[in-house]
Amino acid sequence: MTELPKARIATASLAGCFGCHMAMLDIDERLIELMTLVEFDRSPLTDIKTFTRRCDIGIIEGGCCNEENVHVLQDFRKNCDVLIGIGQCAIMGGLPAMRNAIMHSDEPLRECLEEAFINGRYIRNTTHNIPNDPALPLLLDEVYACAEVVEMDYNIPGCAPTGDVIFETLSKLLAGKFRGFERETIRFD
Amino acid sequence: MSDFTFTIDGTEITAKEGQTIMDAADDAGIYVPRLCDHEGLRHQGGCRVCTVKADGRSVSACTQPAAPGLTVENETPHINKLRRDLVEMLFHEGNHLCPICEASGNCELQAMAYRLDMTAPTKFPYLEPCRPVDASHPDIALDTNRCISCGRCIRASQDVDGKGVFGYVGRGIHRHVAANGEDLSHTDAEVTDFAISSEVCPVGCIIRKRIGFATPIGEREFDKGLIGHKISAKRDD
Repeated sequence: MTELPKARIATASLAGCFGCHMAMLDIDERLIELMTLVEFDRSPLTDIKTFTRRCDIGIIEGGCCNEENVHVLQDFRKNCDVLIGIGQCAIMGGLPAMRNAIMHSDEPLRECLEEAFINGRYIRNTTHNIPNDPALPLLLDEVYACAEVVEMDYNIPGCAPTGDVIFETLSKLLAGKFRGFERETIRFD
Repeated sequence: MSDFTFTIDGTEITAKEGQTIMDAADDAGIYVPRLCDHEGLRHQGGCRVCTVKADGRSVSACTQPAAPGLTVENETPHINKLRRDLVEMLFHEGNHLCPICEASGNCELQAMAYRLDMTAPTKFPYLEPCRPVDASHPDIALDTNRCISCGRCIRASQDVDGKGVFGYVGRGIHRHVAANGEDLSHTDAEVTDFAISSEVCPVGCIIRKRIGFATPIGEREFDKGLIGHKISAKRDD
């Protein structure tokens, strides 16, 4: 019997904390089982920076807070058959989206940067400037959920989702048997 | 008039005179989802999450009197879709960031989202309103970003505590719950009030200070079961 070709997975962490990638490692020893079915392409886990070829599954952690996030997300949409958002940041902006509203300002981005680099009580910023090196990706006016930028096929809720939920979801997707989440397993925290 | 019967999703249940559909359903161990209604408080019919079809008409189960022979639809895909839309709109109307909220796991809005399968982003826009945090009181804080205007604190304070610490102000989309004073420290609110107790505020708006994470995330009320499971358990007994 010929061996089935492995599904190719790419992952990226956009405006997230990398916690969802850590949560993927919580799959623990079942990773060995999973790795018989999949192989990784572009991912922080492999340190491959660009797509080597088209992938079956793209997994996105985090929303979009800067232009580089948008480009990466669009690149994933273009190069992946199925795009999965993982965690609350990808689904609804999450913690970074606090800057959209919590700043109580007409210019939330400016106020956020001034608080972070100039006015904050615990800041030691000898230049008194907001970083503006051309190498830094331009911040967006707001933090956007992934689905506001490209079409997402599936979303795994959680902050971070447990290793169990990630493993179950990926296994079922790979087997073509994913029919949504058990209500008892849905968590936003 | 003596006890009478009506049906919910085909199950015949007995109701007493004067009971609402929800009262009778609770007694029979049938859970009707709700946010603005709470045991011990007068019914308001504000959130409409308890909407059911009674003889084909959409009514709020917490205010509609049960009637002999009524045919009520509760757990149908159509009604649950309507309820999910309502809950999604509540998420979009305020600033509900579950990962940073100390009520996460104890929050009825969040638990309702779990129960109604709210997992994907929706097409509604996030309103992202600018709302104040009132931490003036030594023992209590109000984070109105999370308020869903259910009015449970208003009724609890007026009817149970006999105080009137909270009230509605404004009209339409601008209507919101406010403290009846300059800020909360200028009211007679006390941390021992029923209105301030953890069971009254369904979300993380009314915060009792210094106890936020006494119970860790993962071991909280709705980590143990879906919202409404205690009412449904009555039926299984």
